[in-house]
Amino acid sequence: MMDWSPILLSLELAFFTAIILFVVAVPLAYWLAYSNSKWKVLVESLISLPIVLPPTVIGFYLLLLFSPESGVGAWLEHTLGIQLVFSFPGLIVASTIYSLPFMVQPLQAGFSSLPSLYRTASYVLGKSRFTTLIRVLLPNIQPAIFTGLVLSFAHTIGEFGVVLMIGGNIPSVTRVASIAIYDEVESLNYNSAHQYSIVLFALCFGILVVLNVLNKGSFFKFFKK
Amino acid sequence: MNVAITKKLGAAEFQLTMECTIQEGTFTCLVGPSGSGKTTFLKIVAGLLEADAGVIHFDGHCWFDKSTKTLVPAQKRNIGYVFQEYAVFPNMTVEGNMDYAFGKLKNKTLKDTLVSIMELQDLLKEVPGHLSGGQKQRVALAMALCRQPKLLLLDEPLGALDHAMRSKMQQYISEVHKKYKLTTIMVTHDIAETYILADKVIQLDKGSVVKEGTADQVYGTASISGKFSFNGVVVDKTPSGILHIITVLINNEACKVVVTHHEANFIEIGDKVRVASKAFNPVIQKIN
Repeated sequence: MMDWSPILLSLELAFFTAIILFVVAVPLAYWLAYSNSKWKVLVESLISLPIVLPPTVIGFYLLLLFSPESGVGAWLEHTLGIQLVFSFPGLIVASTIYSLPFMVQPLQAGFSSLPSLYRTASYVLGKSRFTTLIRVLLPNIQPAIFTGLVLSFAHTIGEFGVVLMIGGNIPSVTRVASIAIYDEVESLNYNSAHQYSIVLFALCFGILVVLNVLNKGSFFKFFKK
Repeated sequence: MNVAITKKLGAAEFQLTMECTIQEGTFTCLVGPSGSGKTTFLKIVAGLLEADAGVIHFDGHCWFDKSTKTLVPAQKRNIGYVFQEYAVFPNMTVEGNMDYAFGKLKNKTLKDTLVSIMELQDLLKEVPGHLSGGQKQRVALAMALCRQPKLLLLDEPLGALDHAMRSKMQQYISEVHKKYKLTTIMVTHDIAETYILADKVIQLDKGSVVKEGTADQVYGTASISGKFSFNGVVVDKTPSGILHIITVLINNEACKVVVTHHEANFIEIGDKVRVASKAFNPVIQKIN
């Protein structure tokens, strides 16, 4: 009988990561889309780093950062009582950083595609930037929001290196599906590895099909600049 | 309203220098070639752009004073602004757009009045995607008036509309201007519009005021007695024997005028002209 807990853990991680990412990415994407700051190009590059950097590099530095030996890790543990290394919250933080570009880029493209008239017209009606964002901008970039949510969800399910570095392999805590597969292969349990793999394969393929159908084949347009 | 501002214009190498007093409750038209700074002026008055120097006072309030670093943001100026592009939000119905414009200042009576003036009764549940340009602009005009502004800024609001819709919109604008005792500033390219609507016309060129006065004074036609006279655009010029025939488009109707070769030398296709007659009395007939 297959142990479903790694799959459920992957789904749980992907769900929370996508929600948190949305909240974090909206202000970032808004700033990137509308600011003229000279720092923009640096921030943009930093956010895109997870696309090209080996996940192990991010995982390694997060491991150092969150470890109780470091200042940040010690502060988190002693002041807030949060341990981010080898824990589920740690996985969420790491996944949020790792999937950031997959949420920020679609949202940024969405904001940039809206006519600037929407913002000015809302401002002269006396609306604040926040009201304009909530009532006018976000409702008009719904396809981009959907793309961002689905991409970051799928990308989190597919992550391996970061999760392994920061989470380890603790059953029901940090042993997500991708790690379970690696573990089963190491132990020569090819049957179990097959089961997890086929579920992940079907899941990710299904998500992308839904996304492509809903966005009418425009899946990759956000990454073409 | 007192405005005295300067602003360097981005693409061009000149600066906008405006110094004018606009009587409250009057209708002012800003005219001049594209790029002469008309829209920039409106945006500075609205608070969407900041002037490099100067002051803006309206109705006893200081909106901008560079020397004291006063800058009231657009949100706090309570201005009605209608853009050339139709500024209605596609994610809301017509009624939703109006409710958004009202915000917390819900005012059922005003809403009903605006709906009736702009004839929006049948469109309230529609989304903007299903509306024509004229309909969208009526919604935008209604939205601009929801917060009961004292100042209405119109940036070529009728530029993209056909002639019939244009005349109708002119009536709507004129009606709300009078009804709500607004101070209205409108950018336009249409000379006829200035005659119909404006108490005062300010002509800009390369960022400076070149003429100011009533439409008649600005267009230099005050000397012709206006028994029968219309403004139009020359669309054709054909030599015919010892004369030239000039075709002038006046309000979508073409009319032919005979001139001498000498006069024809000074008239080119595309020129804006006034066709006037004072020697005879024109025939008038009812057509509907």
